[in-house]
Amino acid sequence: MANRWTNTLKDNDVTPESAYLNRRQLMAGAAAGVGLAGIGGQAQAKESLEPNSWEDITQYNNFYEFGTGKTDPAANAHMLTTQPWTVRIDGMVDKPGDFAFEDIMKAMTIEERIYRLRCVEAWSMVVPWNGFELADMLNLAGVQSGAKYVAFETLLRPEEMPGTRYRVIDWPYVEGLRLDEAMHPLTIMATGIYGKDIPNQNGAPLRLVVPWKYGFKSIKSVVRVTLTDKEPPTSWNKTLPNEYKFYSNVNPNVDHPRWSQATERKIGGGLFSQRIPTLMFNGYEEEVAPLYEGMDLVKHF
Amino acid sequence: MSLVDRINGFARKVPTWPLYIIYLLPVPWLLYLAQTGGLGREPIKALEHELGEIALQLLILGLTITPLRRYLGINLIKFRRMLGLLAFTYVTLHLAVWVVLDMNLLWSQMWADVWKRPYITIGMAGFLALVPLAITSNNASVRKLGAAGWRNLHKLTYAAVLMGGIHYIWLVKGIQIEPLIYMAVIVILLALRLPKRKAPQRA
Ligand code: HEM
Repeated sequence: MANRWTNTLKDNDVTPESAYLNRRQLMAGAAAGVGLAGIGGQAQAKESLEPNSWEDITQYNNFYEFGTGKTDPAANAHMLTTQPWTVRIDGMVDKPGDFAFEDIMKAMTIEERIYRLRCVEAWSMVVPWNGFELADMLNLAGVQSGAKYVAFETLLRPEEMPGTRYRVIDWPYVEGLRLDEAMHPLTIMATGIYGKDIPNQNGAPLRLVVPWKYGFKSIKSVVRVTLTDKEPPTSWNKTLPNEYKFYSNVNPNVDHPRWSQATERKIGGGLFSQRIPTLMFNGYEEEVAPLYEGMDLVKHF
Repeated sequence: MSLVDRINGFARKVPTWPLYIIYLLPVPWLLYLAQTGGLGREPIKALEHELGEIALQLLILGLTITPLRRYLGINLIKFRRMLGLLAFTYVTLHLAVWVVLDMNLLWSQMWADVWKRPYITIGMAGFLALVPLAITSNNASVRKLGAAGWRNLHKLTYAAVLMGGIHYIWLVKGIQIEPLIYMAVIVILLALRLPKRKAPQRA
């Protein structure tokens, strides 16, 4: 069952980048006018969902398997071969096995989701993803009733991933979600950007996108998805346990030891780009706050 | 004439002022690149990184002067003040980029960062350690402090470089190789100026 969630911004349903750019100019103009009139709130919310350019999205990446510099993934990810590609779905599922990427795609309905992406390093982007809901993919394998968490694993192929020659973290990269987070309609597996196949540096051929969590939760180039009843290990928690816990929800009120999370800077604004306030759950509070009702988000950061 | 003599002779002849200009050329060049997309999609961070890295390199170059003389007899001491002042200039620009372009003068957030983020705390300490050194990098101060006093004060350089190196190690995520290489070089250069231990006398 696709299309469980739609953007509040209806005029985003266009795909070609030129159309986005036209709309961007329109919106920037409108926002400026509204700002002068002194009622910026509504317009600002819209403004912040303007997608970043293809160049921003594909040339400023954290994908340490291809190097730790922001431009390393764009420079090195061409080495990655994504065909053939299979995703092993195992653990507490009815039909565990290796699912060919093509077979998954045939079974899924691709839709467009324009999401904010907030990196833990206090920068952000807006990305027009194409993909399908993770819930639909998990249902291909049939989630068993005892499952409580989903564990994810990125490909580890050192001959195609020069960054893995250094043990920056303990490879392969792993991540995890609670089952209700994984089944939430906002949680998708992205296979495209701007209607094109997702570039390697962005996590080809399919990557997780959880828009209310810091970017590192949205694990790239996924080869394995395991349903389990125990909280799975996550790479950054293993590397720096004091700095990263399991949830990693975007939260302007809980600072990371290295970066204040109160503000962020949207990529692509040039040398004089201004910081903007970070939103609770990255602006998806209405949709996801119920998942964490009664939880101490300062303790479970 | 030996190579060392030739280097020393050449160093005696080269004036320092053109070197100031040459070493400051990266500043307009980086600003030009930042404006024209040459620093990538996020020019603010890129500029901050470049300036920080140049500052650290200059501080490290400053540390090579003493061992070069001590172990190889190469005398480049006349360039040491220049290296120090240039390093201070780059650290100051690095800090200015942080304050103005990166943090947009959000003073309360910056204040919190200085105390709460160890890598900022130690970077700031490194900067503060360099301030008295920059102020006293002139002949009048050397006279006023006396050679010994001046030399003692300028031992703060060692602390500043170490803090710069630690700052770099702490600010990267995970274990990355580049800051560790810088740190190794710093430690070696500092070890080279430890007083020579007298060889134990054989009975
Ligand atoms: C002795 C003084 C300092 C030295 C030698 C130094 C050097 C460096 C170096 C080498 C880098 C990394 C560049 C790279 O990644 O290529 C860096 C980054 C940085 N430094 Fe400094 N720095 C100093 C002082 C400061 C001060 C006073 C501040 C601010 C209060 C500061 C803030 C930063 C920030 C914000 C970054 C970038 C961190 C990030 O990527 O998020 N530094 N610095």
